[in-house]
Amino acid sequence: MLTSPAPVHRARTLADALAWRATHPHATVLAGGTDLMVFLELGSANPTSVLDLWGCTELRGISEDGRTLGALTTWTDMVRHPALPVALRDCARTVGAPQIQNRGTIGGNIVNASPAGDSLPMWLVTDATFELASVRGVRQVPASAFWLGYRKTALAPDELLVRVHLHPHAGDRLHYRKVGTRLAQAISKVVLGGRLRIEGGIVTEARVALGSVAPTPIRAHHVEAALLGKPVDPAAAAAVADDIAPIDDIRSTAAYRRTVSANVIRAWLEGEAAA
Amino acid sequence: MIRFTVNDQDVALDAPPMSRLLDVLREGARLTGTKEGCGEGECGACTVLIDGVAVNSCLVPAIQADGCRVTTVEGLASDGRLHPVQEAFLRFGGAQCGICTPGFLVTAKALLDANPHPTRAEAREALAGNLCRCTGYQKIIDAVTEALAGPDVDAAATSTPAC
Repeated sequence: MLTSPAPVHRARTLADALAWRATHPHATVLAGGTDLMVFLELGSANPTSVLDLWGCTELRGISEDGRTLGALTTWTDMVRHPALPVALRDCARTVGAPQIQNRGTIGGNIVNASPAGDSLPMWLVTDATFELASVRGVRQVPASAFWLGYRKTALAPDELLVRVHLHPHAGDRLHYRKVGTRLAQAISKVVLGGRLRIEGGIVTEARVALGSVAPTPIRAHHVEAALLGKPVDPAAAAAVADDIAPIDDIRSTAAYRRTVSANVIRAWLEGEAAA
Repeated sequence: MIRFTVNDQDVALDAPPMSRLLDVLREGARLTGTKEGCGEGECGACTVLIDGVAVNSCLVPAIQADGCRVTTVEGLASDGRLHPVQEAFLRFGGAQCGICTPGFLVTAKALLDANPHPTRAEAREALAGNLCRCTGYQKIIDAVTEALAGPDVDAAATSTPAC
């Protein structure tokens, strides 16, 4: 047991959190704690002070239309929300297990910026925008411009992620697939998000994103380009070799990740082609 | 000072705000039914309820329990009677070495409060974050799915407080 002596500021409102953040840019931000508490126990995080957002209830939950998700939205909130696409709810169900889903937040997943973050490819393929706030104001950053490098994000030191905005298009086909050692409690070896818009039998928009195969979650631009302008073609999966830069690590090997990335994309596209 | 209720008793404990709820319960409140397994949210042995919701107490900073209602395995029995899921674990042999049992019982209580008659698939998903290294899962799933079955089903279901 390692007990951090860090003092904690418990924000009750977003305005309070932003004001405190402005004067404490080096404080560690706490939401559900499911990552931070592990880092504290391992000794890999040693915060001088902590900003606890958990009490900012205005940042919790999902709008009725499913388009706006507060940063403190838990995986359980997502699993239970009827207006969210099934693929997003499926994604939330694969994070940890119920105890983690009850506490872990989408904001924590996004800001921690692990390349293995389960939800991150889904924000890329849905063209989600992240609302970042500070006492200076609010700005919207597309998911595709948020992860700048390994665990590095576009957040300024005084900013907090406050909301995620989705821009759903009726009829788009959304897909999620996670490959891990078991269904629950696995950190992904490969995670796939996909979205296709098919008009008159032709793919007119394609988004393919992967996690755990590069220093950040990434779009598979070569696969996307290979899909456009024709009927769904499972052979486009092969182009992923030019999109990813996987490594050998404790969870898997680069060779496995290359093979499986292509396989999960092909399996998805074969299903779409047959649909 | 961190103040909350544990099993309907008020407690006020002096602990660093980022200390683990697990340690505050075991060493501050002297409720050692809650176990530490992995200490990183993988095994579920430390599961408690906060306001009726199952969480890993090793991952909850004590300060976040302030003002909340915490339920540990010691709070499942009431008036000298075991909770139906505890009775079912006895009946079906749902415990071997026992270290994981408190976490399973607490997680199962949360499931049964929301869904008194889970299917085996629902029970497996709800309990996916609890590991039993004796691998006695079949009897655990038997116990959880059958806990509120039988003639006392209505009485048993209503005896578990809603959260």
